Amino acid sequence: MRLFDRNQMALTAVVRYPLRSSMLLVAIAIGVAAVLVLTSLGEGARLYVTSQFNSLGTHLLFVAPGKNEVGGLGGMAGSLGGSPRPFTLGDVRALRRSPYIATTTPMVMGTANINYQGLERDIGVLGTTYTMQRLFDYELNSGRFLPELDLDNATPICVVGDTIARELFGNAEPVGKWVRMGDRRVRVIGALSQGGQTGGHDLDEAVFVPIAFAMQIYNMESVQRMMVETTGAESMAKAKKDIRDIVKARHFGHEDITVMDQGSILDTFNKIFLVLTSTLGGIAAISLVVAGTLIMNVMLVAVSQRTAEVGLLKALGARRGQIIGLFLTEATMLSLLGAVVGLLVGYASIELLRQMYPLVDFQAPDWAVLAAVLTALASGLLFGIMPARHAADLDPVQALAGS
Amino acid sequence: MIRFENICRDFKVGDETVHALKNVNQHIETGEYASIMGPSGSGKSTLLNVLGLLDTPSSGHYWLNGRDVSQLNDDDLAETRQEVIGFVFQSFHLIQRMTALENVELPMVLAGMAPEERRDRASQMLFKTGLEDRMTHRPDQLSGGQRQRVAIARSIVMEPKVLLADEPTGNLDSQSGKEVLDILEGLHAEGLTLILVTHDPVIGQRSNLHLRMTDGVIHAERRSQQRGLEDNRRAPV
Ligand SMILES: Nc1ncnc2c1ncn2[C@@H]1O[C@H](COP(=O)(O)OP(=O)(O)O)[C@@H](O)[C@H]1O
Ligand SMILES: [Mg+2]
Repeated sequence: MRLFDRNQMALTAVVRYPLRSSMLLVAIAIGVAAVLVLTSLGEGARLYVTSQFNSLGTHLLFVAPGKNEVGGLGGMAGSLGGSPRPFTLGDVRALRRSPYIATTTPMVMGTANINYQGLERDIGVLGTTYTMQRLFDYELNSGRFLPELDLDNATPICVVGDTIARELFGNAEPVGKWVRMGDRRVRVIGALSQGGQTGGHDLDEAVFVPIAFAMQIYNMESVQRMMVETTGAESMAKAKKDIRDIVKARHFGHEDITVMDQGSILDTFNKIFLVLTSTLGGIAAISLVVAGTLIMNVMLVAVSQRTAEVGLLKALGARRGQIIGLFLTEATMLSLLGAVVGLLVGYASIELLRQMYPLVDFQAPDWAVLAAVLTALASGLLFGIMPARHAADLDPVQALAGS
Repeated sequence: MIRFENICRDFKVGDETVHALKNVNQHIETGEYASIMGPSGSGKSTLLNVLGLLDTPSSGHYWLNGRDVSQLNDDDLAETRQEVIGFVFQSFHLIQRMTALENVELPMVLAGMAPEERRDRASQMLFKTGLEDRMTHRPDQLSGGQRQRVAIARSIVMEPKVLLADEPTGNLDSQSGKEVLDILEGLHAEGLTLILVTHDPVIGQRSNLHLRMTDGVIHAERRSQQRGLEDNRRAPV
């Protein structure tokens, strides 16, 4: 029997029972589309984080207090177990003496209530230094970013995000205004342009203050994290070593900070997202296996509906293998069609997601697309085998009699 | 060409065994026109199914063209059916979703024949059975007699040596039945070995080998030496 004829016969059978076929098609299509959409969420998130990191420039180091033995992200979020020695502004100042370090940008974060002539709201406060502007390419509507100050200088000045500027001052010029932040009076020296997200912070909702001032109002001893710009790609290793050595010397021999470069942070992120994405994909793929059991049932019905036809084919000289081939082709064809419909629906849904959230680059990874289609085909084949063999095993006389 | 040697066919039904064929010994020569008659349940269909290799005997030997085919495996049976045997059924067994032409093409599709060749041969066969203007009709657009003629076209398209027909006119009115019978006898006249199960005594008279069955046994056999339709018609009953 020719391949074309086998496909043709299977296809006419698929077309002949539209309800049954479309039921199966939908089941498989949903499975395939679900794999695509769910993995595109995970992959989109991964690409988003990656692009955020890459926009920072290439020779950065990240420092956080606390020793993270695993070398993962735990150190960035703060220490896990045990309280490390504070990573002080004094430590930061000491690091600036390393010849391999170009800039240091220490940070602390907190929240506060801000008040201007009775208008008030809760804000995120970011204590940092003037170098932050260059790292993130902040642009200003008016005034200026934090000036170059001594690390200890706790001058009460601030730069406000776009949303906050609008809500507190309306159309009036924010620069030069005095606002109340907790029980302190702070002068606005600049207003940022609308800026979206940076490093997980909503820029428009943030207020930047000198780091010493922030540590004062929050009564902090320790910098929470710090970005270090080295003098070049070739000085990364030396800068890393300097940071460890200098802090160790100042902390009485305890190496209680974590230093990571972008690569290792990205690696960690990628690993986490890969696990996340494949878990999502795996959950969706289970629905394809469920669809497989549906294929088995539907094909068993198909065989019993066409018992007499199987008998006839046998009377006309069809071999066992041909009968198995016919029904397997039919099952595979159904799952293939389902997969194609699923791909269309999946890609359309991802396109919709992209339109709704243009910031995130949603896309189903190639491996997930391949895995979805292969799983659909494999479950069609696998669950089609039993019904096909059942057909081939029919006794021709009884099959012709229709039982 | 066909020789049955102590052929038995038993069916197990629950605790009981039905002996559908009991030690049947019979030979049928190439080019003969055999008719099988007998009451319902006497084993006629079982005999035809064993003859057609759709069923295998429980014991005994079946020699087909000098070869013992009583214990072949499924695929060898299928191959032999494909090459040697054509079937015509009482209930036609046409595939509803296919046209007359496609139904006739089916055996050649299974045999892997090229599309142009099988199209040619299928339409020739439909010409032969007088259905040249019904080729693209589906079975539900055809009368009973026309359906059986499509089935006959299908049964001879692989050029079998033996044509087996189990009550081919059983579902037809007498006029269509007569047309179908004329075609079958015409094929016999061209040299095909024809074996018919029938309830029609007239056919019994026209065949040159007449077998009567009861209870799984061939209890009467009348063979006229003359071959060919014309001679048979004149032969005394
Ligand atoms: N598959 C089967 N299972 C059990 N008994 C059967 C089967 N096929 C035929 N028989 C029995 O064998 C006998 C002969 O049947 P059959 O050959 O169909 O007779 P006929 O065609 O002469 O009417 C009957 O008693 C029938 O009940
Ligand atoms: Mg019968």
